[in-house]
Amino acid sequence: MTARRSGWLARFEPVTLLWIALIAILLFLVAFPLGKLLVVSFETRGTGEFTLMNYVSAYGRSRYVDALVNSLLLGLLSATMSVVMAVPMAWAVSRTDMPFKGLTWAVVLGAFILPPYLSAIGWILLAGPNSGFLNIAWRAITGLEDPLFNVYSFAGLALVIALNAFPLVFIFVKSALDLVSSEMEDAANILGAGTWTAMRKVSLPLVWPAIMAGFIIVFLEAIALFGTPAIIGIPARINVVTTQLWQFFEYPVRVEVAAAYAMPLLLITAGMIVVQKLMLSRKGYVSQTGKGGERRPIKLGPWRWVAFAWCAAVGLMAVIAPLFVLLQASFAKAWGRGLAWDNLTLANYRLLIFEHDMAMTSIWNTIWFSASAASIAVVLALLVAYIVNRRLVPFGEALGFMAMAPFVIPGIVMAIGFYAAYASPPFALYGTAVIIILAFAARFLPIAYANSSSAIRAVHPEMEEAARILGSGRLHAIWMITAPLVRKSLLGGWLIVFIVASRELSAAIFLVGPRTRTMSVLLYDLSEAGNFEVLAAFGGLLLVVTMVFVGIGMKLVGRDFMLRRN
Amino acid sequence: MSRLQIQGLTKAYGPNRVVDSIELTLQEGEFVSLLGPSGCGKTTTLRMIAGFVDPNEGSISLDGQVISAPGAVLPPEKRGMSMIFQSYAIWPNMTVAENVGFGLKLRKLPGEEIRKRVAEILEVVQMGHLAARYPAELSGGQQQRVALARAIVVKPAVLLLDEPLSNLDANLREEMRFEIRRLHDEFRITTVYVTHDQSEAMATSDRIAVMNAGRIEQVDAPHMLYTRPRTRFVAGFIGRTNLLPAQLRNGEIGFGGIAMQAGQVPGSDTAAAGDILVSVRPQSIGLHRAPPGGGAPVLEGVVAQRTFLGETWDYVVRADGSDLRLRATAPPLQIHDVGERVWMEFDPQQMAMVV
Repeated sequence: MTARRSGWLARFEPVTLLWIALIAILLFLVAFPLGKLLVVSFETRGTGEFTLMNYVSAYGRSRYVDALVNSLLLGLLSATMSVVMAVPMAWAVSRTDMPFKGLTWAVVLGAFILPPYLSAIGWILLAGPNSGFLNIAWRAITGLEDPLFNVYSFAGLALVIALNAFPLVFIFVKSALDLVSSEMEDAANILGAGTWTAMRKVSLPLVWPAIMAGFIIVFLEAIALFGTPAIIGIPARINVVTTQLWQFFEYPVRVEVAAAYAMPLLLITAGMIVVQKLMLSRKGYVSQTGKGGERRPIKLGPWRWVAFAWCAAVGLMAVIAPLFVLLQASFAKAWGRGLAWDNLTLANYRLLIFEHDMAMTSIWNTIWFSASAASIAVVLALLVAYIVNRRLVPFGEALGFMAMAPFVIPGIVMAIGFYAAYASPPFALYGTAVIIILAFAARFLPIAYANSSSAIRAVHPEMEEAARILGSGRLHAIWMITAPLVRKSLLGGWLIVFIVASRELSAAIFLVGPRTRTMSVLLYDLSEAGNFEVLAAFGGLLLVVTMVFVGIGMKLVGRDFMLRRN
Repeated sequence: MSRLQIQGLTKAYGPNRVVDSIELTLQEGEFVSLLGPSGCGKTTTLRMIAGFVDPNEGSISLDGQVISAPGAVLPPEKRGMSMIFQSYAIWPNMTVAENVGFGLKLRKLPGEEIRKRVAEILEVVQMGHLAARYPAELSGGQQQRVALARAIVVKPAVLLLDEPLSNLDANLREEMRFEIRRLHDEFRITTVYVTHDQSEAMATSDRIAVMNAGRIEQVDAPHMLYTRPRTRFVAGFIGRTNLLPAQLRNGEIGFGGIAMQAGQVPGSDTAAAGDILVSVRPQSIGLHRAPPGGGAPVLEGVVAQRTFLGETWDYVVRADGSDLRLRATAPPLQIHDVGERVWMEFDPQQMAMVV
């Protein structure tokens, strides 16, 4: 009955081994690619000698520097637009009696699910300068020559990004507003402030950090985005960092220059995330009343229709209109002829499903790459989260830190890191499924980790201890008690990683080979070919795949499983 | 025989000794409470007994065998104990019956036997009709009863309770307090009960170990703790008291100008001399409008403050000729006005000298 063992063996627990294995895996997935990226940026190609020439090449031409400036401006403009769109929506949904809130939710979810490159294509169909539907209608109505709105412009690019990214601001601000109790506003009202003043002076300032956090996230999202700038920016001759990186990867591939060129993107992202964390953690700013605090919707009177109109307008521009024209085009012989019986055809889908040599392969690739990446990410995240939260090993936080680190790495930078680290011998993974799966797993590890960590934290340690004191060992207790309790939220985490991985373009495009194209990459290839009908049909297929998994998630995990804020 | 023996048990986090060389022995079937303010180390002690926390020094023995010592800790699942947690830790994915049967299943009892014993124990805690429910459908008190049943049904060597009633509302807490004692009287399981609530500890325990800052201050039966506190902390923590600075000289204890035989005051150590502390319970001070007869020590003073608490009056009396302010209680009909002159009569038998 005694447990006297002696020496180091007594203290050596199997969990220590697991800890070492996890460190190794995290180093392989996160630290090595990043380190390699940094090293490569200082090396002469071939010889490996130290050099600064890569940085000179990367920033020696004004065209390259302009791209960086363009990226920053684009980020600022998109983020500002997103805030303008999303904050009134969040306030209306969270605090007021605006009608049809469910519709607003649906629109936000729709914009969240719609991959950026698909909304970009939708907007080309809507606002292309010559044949976009909006511009044709505008000319027909006014008789003017100039288009109403040209999507191939800086403002057009920013608007399309904002229309796709505003849900991030919405989720941040709404969940902050949900914490503000009505009594905060009542206190302002009783001192003589009207609804409008109370909102301006009390509610909005209380959620100011959340607004800023959303702004920063959209900014970072915009500067790291590849699909939209490639599809809209390249024809419009607007060069940004990501499209410039892509050009460094055109033959001959200049990884070392790309690595050097990616550094500012990495530093800016890391810096901004730190700023955002500091802002969100400022105590006493977000109202932490927690209990009590009854919440009543503010009665807007006739203004509620104004609020609804705003939400409807954003929804129309972000989801309904682009989706509608995409669907129209996918079933059309020639998209420009619009809705007409003799214009309808299934030929585009038939071509993709039965005749195209890559389309079905890419769908299959997408599903199994994303599923593998999601599984790896969730298992890894779960182990790390368990070890960190239960304080099983000293310095467990180091593991948590590594699992969260990819959060500050733009996808495109991650991809270049993976390329630099694993594409060439000894690993020689270029063009294999493995490199894509690993890159996806690493890129989305933070999502899985945040999810697993909150799932584990939600299970009181006493739940497991109660089983142990009654006679079950640690593993048995985890299996019998903890696993069933976290199953549902882990499934939610798996599906979220699956869904974001299935639409990921920027990390995939640098790593795919001829046989490992994913749907997103193939879609980009098709967009370069310019056949919008087939392109739209393929977008339709991609959406169907995504919707199937979103539907499974809603059914199994809950309606709002994708929009919960971690 | 002694069932559980704790010797020199210490737990330190860095330089912070949260449990500081405590000694405690429980007899078979005994119910002992660890009572103290939050942060005094009582929960850590309990978790060391359970095997969830490793000690830095000292040992814990069960039936004479060491189960915890630095570097050699028997895991919780091998101790044959059971525990009731502050959060109850009722598993939400299992029914009431499955929760209660969990420990029996691990002991590989036949299914028929498990069903029988689960049904029996659920009847004992008056939960038989809810066996098929899930925990989410139960009230806090009912979950508490499930936790009790789950812990008792395995007939543990030692039953550990970690602040089990702190999440219940006041009425339920009182009811469950008696329920826990009733179950103990029925099953006679050796029990360690951690609480910060003295009335809980008094109602349930055979003995109480009062803890403060990682140390055990005193271990005694509940009424002894009240009447014979040995330390200043115990006197102040158990019930309310007046702690009076006094002098011990020539076998006499004196304060505020009065003196009494040290031999009359319990706990007084005549060998000690000089400045000491005396604990005088407010209930033991008699208030009079005129000088009382008899030979008891009396102090004269003026009512400085009064509060009516329903069951008693709570008076603060300022003694003449010193800055002593004493708290004294009186029945509801004994009314003195603020500023009124009163005579306080002391009973040396009900005092205690503390360190």
